[in-house]
Amino acid sequence: MALKTDAVGKEWPGSTYQVGREKIKEYANALGIENPVHFDVEAARAAGFRDVVAPPMFAVVYSSPAVAPAILDPEVELNFAAMVHGGQAFEWDEPACSGDEITTATKCLSIEEKDGKGFYVFETNSVNQDGASVARGTWTLIVRGV
Amino acid sequence: MTLNPGDQIPELRVTPDKYLPHRYAGASGDFNPIHIDDEFAKAVGLPRNILHGLYSMGLVAKANAALADGNPRALKRLSVQMRGMGVPEQEIVVTGTVKSVDGNRTVVDTVAAQGETTLIKNAEAELEL
Repeated sequence: MALKTDAVGKEWPGSTYQVGREKIKEYANALGIENPVHFDVEAARAAGFRDVVAPPMFAVVYSSPAVAPAILDPEVELNFAAMVHGGQAFEWDEPACSGDEITTATKCLSIEEKDGKGFYVFETNSVNQDGASVARGTWTLIVRGV
Repeated sequence: MTLNPGDQIPELRVTPDKYLPHRYAGASGDFNPIHIDDEFAKAVGLPRNILHGLYSMGLVAKANAALADGNPRALKRLSVQMRGMGVPEQEIVVTGTVKSVDGNRTVVDTVAAQGETTLIKNAEAELEL
């Protein structure tokens, strides 16, 4: 069965995430990250950040909510039950700090079949309240048995 | 720290406890039951509830950030492939080798493994050091 590729190039409108100190702390604790700039506003400011700063991989926290509607879009026709997260890339620009409002837009870059598997690649672009780029993500989702 | 191609980065060893997937689910917002419900995971053919792939990627980011004493500005790019399934209560070892150094930009090839299982492969981190 040929994979449906109509959604390639489709873009989903941005969704906004408000970064907060407690959420950064929760994320850093789960990863065992101990740098005080993730916990203590004075330490963060002394290091030159506006407020408590997120570890880079906190990008998944503010950008995932923008990917979900793309994955679940009926036009994409992605079999969620057979999906695995096969690859992920991020490029970072401005650090994400508590108080930031980060808006992430999603685009479907490609849908391809390889070895009986569907490879769905989405791109996210996250910008902060000043319009500065925070992170760009590339999400590769693999669906078995297409 | 002066790094040269071929240098090993300090190894990161972490043993996620039984409840780590629950804490990571809360922290990340990913409550897929394969990560937090052992019975559900077994019912869909998995050995038990499995770690989030993005948690393992987070450990790869942490091991690389350690080269800059955890400075969150240092990591500029990280690209990974997620392969084997990680499980709680077993040690994860993150190792890395410096691939190239160009001015203040260092590229590190990183692998995360749990016993014989490779969790993260072809991980390439670019750091500004």
